[in-house]
Amino acid sequence: MTGAGEVQSERTRLAVAGARATVAVALRNQPRRDVILHALFAGLLLLAILLALAGLAALLIQALVRGAPALGPDLFTNVPSTINPEQAGFRPAIIGSLELIAGVILFVVPIGVGAAIYLEEYADKTRWWNRVIEVNIQNLAAVPSIIYGILGLAFIVRGPLDLGFILAAGSLTLALLVLPVVIIAGREAIRAVPDSIRQGSLALGATRWQTIRHQVLPAAIPGVATGVILAVSRALGEAAPLLLVGAVVFITFDPTPFSADGYSALPVQIFQYATRPQEAFQELAFAGVIVMLVVLLAMNSFAIWLRNRYERRW
Amino acid sequence: MTNRQMASDETRAGAGREAREAAAERASIAVRPEFRPGGSGRRERVFQLKGVEVLYSGVSAVKDISMDIHRNDVTALIGPSGCGKSTLLRCFNRMNDLIPGAEVRGDLLYHGEDLYGPAVDPVQVRKLIGMVFQKPNPFPKSIYDNVAFGPRILGRKENLDQTVEGALKGAALWDEVKDRLDSNAYGLSGGQQQRLCIARCIAVQPDTILMDEPCSALDPISTGKIEDLMIELKEEFSIVIVTHNMQQAARVSDRTAFLMVELDADEQNRWGRLVEYDETERIFTNPRDKRTEDYVSGKVG
Repeated sequence: MTGAGEVQSERTRLAVAGARATVAVALRNQPRRDVILHALFAGLLLLAILLALAGLAALLIQALVRGAPALGPDLFTNVPSTINPEQAGFRPAIIGSLELIAGVILFVVPIGVGAAIYLEEYADKTRWWNRVIEVNIQNLAAVPSIIYGILGLAFIVRGPLDLGFILAAGSLTLALLVLPVVIIAGREAIRAVPDSIRQGSLALGATRWQTIRHQVLPAAIPGVATGVILAVSRALGEAAPLLLVGAVVFITFDPTPFSADGYSALPVQIFQYATRPQEAFQELAFAGVIVMLVVLLAMNSFAIWLRNRYERRW
Repeated sequence: MTNRQMASDETRAGAGREAREAAAERASIAVRPEFRPGGSGRRERVFQLKGVEVLYSGVSAVKDISMDIHRNDVTALIGPSGCGKSTLLRCFNRMNDLIPGAEVRGDLLYHGEDLYGPAVDPVQVRKLIGMVFQKPNPFPKSIYDNVAFGPRILGRKENLDQTVEGALKGAALWDEVKDRLDSNAYGLSGGQQQRLCIARCIAVQPDTILMDEPCSALDPISTGKIEDLMIELKEEFSIVIVTHNMQQAARVSDRTAFLMVELDADEQNRWGRLVEYDETERIFTNPRDKRTEDYVSGKVG
């Protein structure tokens, strides 16, 4: 009996020792090839992000260094000039840009949110036309902005709407450009509202519209607002479509939305200064770039803050 | 009572007896005509189901459900997962309408009215038949606004404060939240959130409350509170509850329906079927069907 027990314990001891040795080997022995590949891959990824950041840093530094001399309050209060770069500023362009984006917001919020509500809450996705609409909105978001410029020229400035080269036409063109972005962001925000909220509301005898109006939309507002801000900041930076719909005039007065006297916008004004050979105008262009970057960064930061502040974990 | 209902009551009282006896003989579905002693007001039927079948995209989820649900009773639906208890519950307030491809066949009468009749508006149905869900789903609003939402959308805006207070008292939540009605409902505990959902539901003054596993996400103490609440609420409302928890069914319900999954011959399709429906005491102590006995005694499922 004791003999058998000793044999048993000897076997156990051996088995345990064997298992330990195996585990120790398995834990320690990472193949050299894997180590090298891992380091190589991590290095490549780091390089990719450094390249991207280097591009941005170069842009920022160049703009700051070359635009710094022209920075000052005059930049915001003075009108452009072709003869006198020391006196020239961006006032009409800044006002034009503000009016443009105000028009964009007025147009894009009701239509974009309405389209998002339809697609998320009402559209029957088994119907082919709803799928066609969906795919096309995704595609529209990727259409180059110059195409929207041509569209604006053909249908808004001339053609059916025939508004002429006025600021409101530019606003509408930019609104069309960013509309898909707002719709997509709005849909995501609406989709993020959990179904349990809709069901809870419907189970109380609320109609579909009451449920959307009182439960879904309030919960989706932060997401929608984030999308609108990002869309507007894109509209603010667009020059190409505006060049086609009338923002090429050199003006020295404050533009108004429906005046046929012409209008200007910040990126277009930067473009105009940048095409002049004199160093002083180059400086002005870079100063304009700084102004625009500051506005864009501020808007995007606000969007991020808004998203984090009101983000809900359901 | 509508003429239609009286007519159908007479039909059931007379011609229905034979059918019921035959059913009792088959021992599969036992709808008993007599009611517990002392339950004077309990003869009135809230729901009458005859051969109800629910299909999702043409595939049956539950089949051939016939049962009566009585006023001021707590009626429990029990059975293993996938037996269609929740599907059946969601027929009662037409929540299945929200699922694309869902279809209800057979007769489902609510106080004698065909719930799926062509002139019936599901929105109106849900005003009368409230629902509490498995996971507490308060709205991301204040406690007050959660309860006031129902009365507000129904246009009952006068005496809103009293309505809210009454509903919160009715849900045994008033004392815990009366000092923070303006704070967000998400700050409440899970059990409080579920009682808030019950308060929200009774603020609309429904006739019947459906509860879909209302305690499955809650701890035992919160569960106990909600069970006590159900027993209080049945004085005023009729309650239908789906539960996985057989002890819960035994504790709170007056009548219990046991559903089970049935497979067809080649085991390709499965659907839920009502095995036995009777007074809760009978189901748990002396069921007619062997399958019920096995289930409630824990041998299967």
